[in-house]
Amino acid sequence: MGALRPSGRWDERPRPIGSDRGGRRRRCRGGMFLASRNFCCRGIQLRTDLLSRSIKHSTSAMLQTMPFRHKNTRRIEGLDSNVWVEFTKVAADPSIVNLGQGLPDISPPSYVKEELAKVAAVDRLNQYTRGFGHPSLVKALSQVYEKVCGRKIDPLTDILVTVGAYGSLFSTIQALIEEGDEVIIIEPFYDCYEPMVKMAGAKPVFIPLRCINDGNSASSADWVLDPAELANKFNSKTKAIILNTPHNPIGKVFTLEELQVIADLCIKHDTLCISDEVYEWLVYKGNKHIKIATLPGMWERTVTIGSAGKTYSVTGWKEALAQAFWVDYKRMDHPDCYFYSLSRELESKRDRMAQLLKGAGLKPVIPDGGYFMIVDVSTLNVDLSDVDEKQPYDYKFVKWMIASKKLSAIPLSAFCGLETKKQFERYIRFCFIKKDSTLDAAEVILKNWNKQTG
Amino acid sequence: MLRRAGPSLRHFLLERNSSAGHSSYSREAKMSRPVQARRLEGIDKNIWVEFVKLAATYSKVNLGQGFPDFPAPDFLREALTRTLSGGNHMLHQYTRAFGHPPLVKVLAQFFEKLLGRDLDPMTNVMVTVGAYQALFCCFQALVDEGDEVIIIEPFFDCYEPMVKMAGGTPVFVPLRPNPPKDGKLMSSADWQLDPAELASKFSERTKAIVLNSPNNPLGKVFSRGELELIAELCVKHDVLCISDEVYEWLVFDGKQHTRIASLQGMWERTVIIGSAGKTFSATGWKVGWVVGPDRLLQHLRTVHQNSVYHCATIAQEAVAQGFQRELMLYGKPESYFVQLPKELQQKRDWLVQSLDGVGMKPIIPEGTYFLVADISPFKSDVPDDPNSDEPYDSRFAKWMVKNKGLAAIPLSAFYSEAHKNNYTNFIRFCFAKEEATLKAASDILQKWKQEKTSS
Repeated sequence: MGALRPSGRWDERPRPIGSDRGGRRRRCRGGMFLASRNFCCRGIQLRTDLLSRSIKHSTSAMLQTMPFRHKNTRRIEGLDSNVWVEFTKVAADPSIVNLGQGLPDISPPSYVKEELAKVAAVDRLNQYTRGFGHPSLVKALSQVYEKVCGRKIDPLTDILVTVGAYGSLFSTIQALIEEGDEVIIIEPFYDCYEPMVKMAGAKPVFIPLRCINDGNSASSADWVLDPAELANKFNSKTKAIILNTPHNPIGKVFTLEELQVIADLCIKHDTLCISDEVYEWLVYKGNKHIKIATLPGMWERTVTIGSAGKTYSVTGWKEALAQAFWVDYKRMDHPDCYFYSLSRELESKRDRMAQLLKGAGLKPVIPDGGYFMIVDVSTLNVDLSDVDEKQPYDYKFVKWMIASKKLSAIPLSAFCGLETKKQFERYIRFCFIKKDSTLDAAEVILKNWNKQTG
Repeated sequence: MLRRAGPSLRHFLLERNSSAGHSSYSREAKMSRPVQARRLEGIDKNIWVEFVKLAATYSKVNLGQGFPDFPAPDFLREALTRTLSGGNHMLHQYTRAFGHPPLVKVLAQFFEKLLGRDLDPMTNVMVTVGAYQALFCCFQALVDEGDEVIIIEPFFDCYEPMVKMAGGTPVFVPLRPNPPKDGKLMSSADWQLDPAELASKFSERTKAIVLNSPNNPLGKVFSRGELELIAELCVKHDVLCISDEVYEWLVFDGKQHTRIASLQGMWERTVIIGSAGKTFSATGWKVGWVVGPDRLLQHLRTVHQNSVYHCATIAQEAVAQGFQRELMLYGKPESYFVQLPKELQQKRDWLVQSLDGVGMKPIIPEGTYFLVADISPFKSDVPDDPNSDEPYDSRFAKWMVKNKGLAAIPLSAFYSEAHKNNYTNFIRFCFAKEEATLKAASDILQKWKQEKTSS
């Protein structure tokens, strides 16, 4: 019965590391005996014993003196630090109002939870499914996206289910990006793009979104790419460009014209497009999410990435949500489809958040999509020059804000390459997919902001 | 191929064409250089894709892919239901990336007892998306271009492509069968490594050895002596050990599963891999873990945070509750870790009897829920084909599923390319199946035998 005895005693008592009093002698005898019995290679039994004994004698000495040579592989050199590990720890204190990491604290729709409960009771569904995606999920997804893209989508070859959009990004980059390739990344960017590109041995090439109103931006639409600057970034080594629309952290929803500029360059330079569209359903009034894959010449060179976690407010799931997709697929022509109703719910939260921030003297950039809002904090003139100088201003600001205001956010320079940190360090990012009580708590802090000395 | 931005009307027309399913653009806009990365070279084929499809199409009785067809235990499914209907809706959101705190804590408690050492749940344990992702993190984090990795044949098939994808060179060493002289059925214990042969595989380029005990496909449970030999070589050559122990609870006949990490000099160089799917008969949940020293796990964390980052929270919460139950019941008769191997041993014995009864020679496994059988008496149904590149056992297994409706996996699937024809007569059966399934398998075999003797 394995390692168990009826008394419940735990077997497997190991010999203490390094001790050899009596142990070695006992072990040698027992070890050799076992070695000669188990490795019963007829005719070379004696050789086995001698070999075994010689190995044992040399190892004990080595144990004490041998340096451990095992370090990380080259591919992960420099990739160990991570902004989320740093900031989620700091914001974990429950007395802090957490508008930092992008996780909803609102409930997922009840039918989504009900479907999971139903599914857990079906035995067969607790075991392995099709490796590239559970059949009913890929079918539901293909139906939804056929409608959206206006083209036939084969559920078995055109769709791959992954462990979250993170898993999609990783698989796409590992599969298509080669050592020596260049990959264009638009700044600010979701932080994982850079390390993933580096892990594949390629070089990230950055191009910033620039604010056209000379820093006085009121909307995410004011942040644009300079087409000439973008064109300059493409060369014969460019393997792919990573597009994120709606955009995290700014909330920009790229227009058809903007996508066309990118598409033209991709076709001209025979470049792939990795299109991260996890917030595709979170667009606000007056904006339309356009899939770059639907532009001429782009389907065959684009991988589009989606997320059930963002679609259904269940970031912790990473599992088949076929039934939930069917429910919403059937009502795709109705306004109460979750794909549309969530963005309506979030729009009022967005507007409330913006108002509160303005009231406190901050300058929010109103996003056209997504559930993040960036805010220019330089107007507050909080002097943090005596704090650790090596960190960018926004890192220091957020830490100060957490400590003195009990409100958390994420510094925008976390989303930038080294060279552009100066440009973005006056911004911090708030997440507003939060329940009313969370926003109420934020409101109290923001209303009292100027009353306390900073 | 250059193309200038044209007027918008042209775009509109082309877009309409492409949505109609054809476009002149799709012919022009193909990549003119290799689109896939070199690291994928030679690893796109996968035995499971083919055999799972065949089983789905033809099989009446599927003893092929390794998953239970009996339900996952009630207490586990109840844990999931409780989690769903409970008030904490934050369990639907991201949890700690390196492992949901309740799960890593209970895993640390469990393994502290099993290994006899203190473990920090935050640094000595990491949760992964199944043991598959644990393996992937190990190879990506620890194997560099040019490193050699020793793999014991027969091996779980993913080790080889994963080593290659990391730029490493797999070095194979076989378990060799030593049949008992008295003509009794072989046991998986009779398949052994030759110590001198094993020692010869270690070179200065050897980075790691992959150990799988209990072993898939043979069911071998490495003895303490065998593990000590491997351990000594690891220490001598300063080599890491990636120890795949997903079947750690499935050992029969009172045998003991020895953890190589508990041997002298091994803790600091071993990563232990485990699986909730195998532990709790819920392979579809995809929850696995690694246990090891921080100085190795830190690198696995780097790979994890740059690949999948988080694992599903709800599944981890339910698995944690499962382990908490097992911690309380450890060693008692109601423990799932006591009941499951007992139940599986009976199924093993039943299948062994069925196979032996028709003349197939099963190798009695000491552990796991797989057994390998020699199908020689049935070879006449599938004649040799000198023109075929395909290993004989693979052709046999395909013929068997198509003509007899019985699915199994050829042993050559678990060998490197160079050694696929070393053993031509063995196929692997999975016996983690309901009684009805095993009985149906027995019926097929009986009928088949009758057809052969009467013809």
